[in-house]
Amino acid sequence: MSADFEPKSGRVRFAADGARAATLASLHRQPGGEVLRNRIFAGLLVAAVSIALLGLALILIDALLEGRGRLSLDLITGSTSSDADKAGFQQSILGTLYLIGFVILMVVPLGVGAAIYLEEYADKGRWWNRLIEVNIQNLAAVPAIIYGILGLAFIVRGPLGLGFILITGSMTLALLVLPTVIIASREVIRAVPPSIREGALALGATEWQTIRRQVLPAAVPGILTGVILAISRAVGEAAPLLLLGAATFVTFNPEPFADTGWTALPVQIFQYAARPQEDIRELAAAGIILMLAVLLLMNSFAIWLRNRYEQRW
Amino acid sequence: MEGRDIAVSSATGLPRSRSLEASSPRYGEKAIKAFLAACAFLSVITTIAIVVSLLGPALGFFKVVSPGDFFFKTEWAPAQDLFGVLPLVVGTLNVVFFAMLFAVPVGLGAAIYLSEYAPPRVRKAVKPVLEILAGIPTVAIGFFGVSFVTPLLQDLWPGEFLDGPPGFFNAGAAAICIGLAIVPIISSLSEDAMSAVPAGLREGGYALGASKMRVATRIVFPAALSGIVASIVLAISRAIGETIIVLLVAGNNPNLTFNPVESIQAMTAYIGVTATGDIATGTVQYDTVFAVGALLFVITLVMNLISIGLVRRFREVYE
Repeated sequence: MSADFEPKSGRVRFAADGARAATLASLHRQPGGEVLRNRIFAGLLVAAVSIALLGLALILIDALLEGRGRLSLDLITGSTSSDADKAGFQQSILGTLYLIGFVILMVVPLGVGAAIYLEEYADKGRWWNRLIEVNIQNLAAVPAIIYGILGLAFIVRGPLGLGFILITGSMTLALLVLPTVIIASREVIRAVPPSIREGALALGATEWQTIRRQVLPAAVPGILTGVILAISRAVGEAAPLLLLGAATFVTFNPEPFADTGWTALPVQIFQYAARPQEDIRELAAAGIILMLAVLLLMNSFAIWLRNRYEQRW
Repeated sequence: MEGRDIAVSSATGLPRSRSLEASSPRYGEKAIKAFLAACAFLSVITTIAIVVSLLGPALGFFKVVSPGDFFFKTEWAPAQDLFGVLPLVVGTLNVVFFAMLFAVPVGLGAAIYLSEYAPPRVRKAVKPVLEILAGIPTVAIGFFGVSFVTPLLQDLWPGEFLDGPPGFFNAGAAAICIGLAIVPIISSLSEDAMSAVPAGLREGGYALGASKMRVATRIVFPAALSGIVASIVLAISRAIGETIIVLLVAGNNPNLTFNPVESIQAMTAYIGVTATGDIATGTVQYDTVFAVGALLFVITLVMNLISIGLVRRFREVYE
């Protein structure tokens, strides 16, 4: 029977084997057992999804329950203080705002630029362009703490030697999220159909005019979504900042370029969460609620953008 | 008038100054292209910078400590000049193993459900929620571990099982937290791979009388296998590199054990703690950060390359 049909691809053969086994089983089975097994399997799948969703719910509920006592404006306006009842996150919130502001300034032109080059200009057959691609995919999965080491050795000390200032944190975070921005932007640019480009080129537009006037406008909402999602990762990232001198106890507002000490929201939360005292843990939980609220807002905006401006060509 | 002139001349094939070549060298276009290429090349520079910043101090470290001692001795206490990295590696493996034990079934179950079983409405609601889970900062998950998972494990622990119950710092709770953090990676990438399996293969299975479970497990799953393995490998790489959760939940105790109730120190945790502390630069103790970092980088690099290669394979087959 198999002699007259010899599939070439391993996958098709795999699938055919599966189908054959299924047929044989269905010919020899007791119908009740198979139905039961199907039910159990479907039940297990639903259980798996439920565990994931339950985990998310528990993370949110736990933070809310632990930190609800501290939810007030003081949380935002209060300064870092050794008195846990009065302490707030003003310095670290400002630090995070500065950090993220500079990250956006760096990451948008660099990330979108790299994406445009790779999608519109690069000759995919050339080895160096393939190298850049694989390299970016790998960088997207390099542990954050390694970026911390890079920032410490290259930006804080070493070649750039900027010292422990806030802007070094921005530069490190920018390098960390750059691959994510590039990968997301590339997918959006790739989704713009070639006919749009060909139309512009046929009318005499140069390559850059085509990109600037036709490709980019069509891709902006998608790119924006990708950028927001990448930035929200940078907002919550604490690991690399630990290595870059994000100090715990900063009682004055940070300055981006001055060597006066700085901190960021996730770092501050991390330091509080590591303490055993009940009231400081409460403060950490309240900080987490604050951070999650901001992130949820950013993510919802990104998803809304995607759904609102999603184009079907 | 002039337009007609040109039309005539080109129709007669006379060589004229007007050609299809650009009328100016377009330096602006070239400058833009060069700038964009530089943006893309920045990623290569980043990788080189990572390698250089790890390699220099790591080589300095290996001049003082022999690689044999580093890789095979079983005690890690840099302050006392004991540089056997095995406790850190085993600490990481301990957490990663139990994290995968949790995340692989949950992530794959969710992926099969979303790709094969879920009605469109449920799918549309669940997918963004899983994306939100992927976006929760690890600080928040770490706090959840300390304030919820560890106490829960302590309460529910069956007596003396594995020398339990777990202490305040323990690898098991960290593993559950990391597992939660990487479930979305496995579920979303695996679901992509399964959704890319052509409908014809499924229909073939149904036509032969296969049940839904058999189509999902014997046809779709094997056909998407390279994508699924890629997602798992990528998740392992993420789990190995996770820092904040292991710092908060698993502690900082270099401990050569696979027991999930004990406190351990992962490679990332060591880097995080040591580079933050007050160790003088230029000492061997300081260079350990870079030696451990280099090891971490190499391990995750290998995992990432395997994952990238596998994804490329399934893309080539179906897209």
